[in-house]
Amino acid sequence: MTQTPGDSATAHPRTSGDSEDLLVVTDLQKYFPIRRGLLQRQVGAVQAVDGMTFNVRRGETFSLVGESGCGKTTTGRLLTRLLTPTDGTILFEGRDITHLSAGKMRPLRRDVQMIFQDPYGSLNPRHTVGTIVGAPFHLQNVKTEHGTKRTVQELLELVGLSPEHYNRYPHEFSGGQRQRIGIARALALKPKLIVADEPVSALDVSIQAQVINLLEDLQNELGLTYVTIAHDLSVVRHMSDRVAVMYLGKMVEIADRTPLYERPMHPYTVALMSAVPIPDTGRRTKRDRIRLEGDVPSPINPPSACRFHTRCWKAQEICSTIEPPLAELAPGHRVACHFPENLTDLPLPKVLDRDPAAPQDKPRDSA
Amino acid sequence: MSTNAAPPDRIPQDRPKADAFLHVKDLRVHFPTDDGVVKSVDGLSFSLERGQTLGIVGESGSGKSVTSLSIMGLHAEGTAEISGQVVLDGDSLVGASAEHVRQLRGKKMAMIFQDPLSAMHPYYTVGHQIIEAYRVHNNVSKQVARKHAIEMLDRVGIPQPTSRVDDYPHQFSGGMRQRAMIAMALSCDPELLIADEPTTALDVTVQAQILDLIRDLQQEFNSAVIIITHDLGVVAELADDILVMYAGRVVEYASAHEIFTAPQHPYTWGLLGSMPRLDRERAERLMPIKGTPPSLINVPSGCPFHPRCSYAHLTGGASETERPELVEITPRHNLACHLSTQDRQRIWEHDIKPKL
Repeated sequence: MTQTPGDSATAHPRTSGDSEDLLVVTDLQKYFPIRRGLLQRQVGAVQAVDGMTFNVRRGETFSLVGESGCGKTTTGRLLTRLLTPTDGTILFEGRDITHLSAGKMRPLRRDVQMIFQDPYGSLNPRHTVGTIVGAPFHLQNVKTEHGTKRTVQELLELVGLSPEHYNRYPHEFSGGQRQRIGIARALALKPKLIVADEPVSALDVSIQAQVINLLEDLQNELGLTYVTIAHDLSVVRHMSDRVAVMYLGKMVEIADRTPLYERPMHPYTVALMSAVPIPDTGRRTKRDRIRLEGDVPSPINPPSACRFHTRCWKAQEICSTIEPPLAELAPGHRVACHFPENLTDLPLPKVLDRDPAAPQDKPRDSA
Repeated sequence: MSTNAAPPDRIPQDRPKADAFLHVKDLRVHFPTDDGVVKSVDGLSFSLERGQTLGIVGESGSGKSVTSLSIMGLHAEGTAEISGQVVLDGDSLVGASAEHVRQLRGKKMAMIFQDPLSAMHPYYTVGHQIIEAYRVHNNVSKQVARKHAIEMLDRVGIPQPTSRVDDYPHQFSGGMRQRAMIAMALSCDPELLIADEPTTALDVTVQAQILDLIRDLQQEFNSAVIIITHDLGVVAELADDILVMYAGRVVEYASAHEIFTAPQHPYTWGLLGSMPRLDRERAERLMPIKGTPPSLINVPSGCPFHPRCSYAHLTGGASETERPELVEITPRHNLACHLSTQDRQRIWEHDIKPKL
């Protein structure tokens, strides 16, 4: 692609030797105040994101999964600084971007971009595709070798659209095509990191597959790093290198893809996976499904200590009094639970902050 | 309409059996618009018995929702041209008076919609809506109806039903609201339950609860259930038979087991191959179906799937000119495809099956 000199569009195949952290997030918190009364006093807060700590390595696909209200979308917006954290830090390429002003953040927006969930709401209906995908160049004052229009048309081809679509309006396209336009826009300035918020959930199954393949191809070709936010566990299994499971604003489990799906340890993760319907009739009636009772509690008044204890079949008294820390129970596999599932016989690291009076951590029989 | 006469179906359930609980034959639902006739449903046939579940699978624009609305008689007067037969327990619904169908709705057949927030009336309490439905079909006092409403809410798993019965729909969470809608749908013990994408808007753990509930209730009431969805996992769990729709037509209709173990239509192959799987280690690449779903005003000639079919070239041009009929290729497995049996089985064995 023709762009400002000094771009580095070589693919970065991920190897454990030279992987570095593109993003380092520590104790990230976002509380939304609830105000009442004439004076708009703060009477409470929606504890949307509460103490997220994780790293994202260059070139990988890191996914946040969870159900409604778990805080994953809010986390995505914090990473792109569309929101400002109420606590914690975000380091991007080693630089603290947590409280950067809009002006200081602007040049960084070339490097961190977002793809939105709703292909219908995320494109301005009054702008042509050319204007939409060309906007980043104007906003960031980026000059291109052969002009913005030519670059935009190359981007459209890159995402599988035709250069003739330059003059069309969003309403002339299908959902899948609009999502491609959004992707082209996100790629315009060759970002390093793309936060994709439910990039395919609004699309039909056959179109989802096209867009998923496209995102993978682009990642390989352009050396992109993705943070994906999704609730569809099958899509996440296909796309991700590492996965973090969120519940009510907290990270409850984080691991590499295969260990997470083959040996989930947090009861919530286990329940989540057992709830997904599998397209296999052989497993129909006799599934050992874990039925969670009730609904997710409100993030305004989350349960004490372990937030999952109100719905967990393994909960004991300690779960409502001492919050389980996120501890590494297997290499690269961190879990926040006093009574995790699927434990092997490996001795637990000493770092576990446990009440010595609590029952020892032999795996309990799962429901 | 195509110039071919309506093809004679060779499905075993063709002849309206006296005991086929729901029988749909050659249903066509067309909407005349300024841009042309939208052929939402164009020749749909199936049968369903009580206690059985039929899954209708298709993507946007396949005609699956229009099918269910047609069975329920929910299209606004004068908007849709409906032809064909829909026979519910001996009662013919197409062409029946609106009043007659209204009597059946709620009592004989009921529907669960995708989005309970827009399907329920926001100004009336949930209890009121259930009571209203119940009293239309049963001559009882308000007190008796209220007691029944509370029982139904309890039956669908809503905690504290005696107080929740006076809550408004917006006061329920998504999953609870869907349960309330199920309670409303089931309040008169309908024999046919149509669930149109009942869990698409719900979280996966709540979805599991709702699907379990539908299954339990079906066993308890011995209802016939039609579940309409794009999610193949959901139909694998619930459906006895599966009907795959594309561009308003049936492309494949067989038992759920057959659809998943020996699918025969290229579109079904495409759907199965384009889904990422939770239970398998990641495939190298998904196999999407190329192209996009067709417009229902300008349905492609011949087989509507042919522009997207990787095997259309093997049919000697038939797929572009002739509409394939739905024929029974093996007992209770029906297919509308021009591929020869030989070609199809070869492709299935060598190209598709190993990758699925």
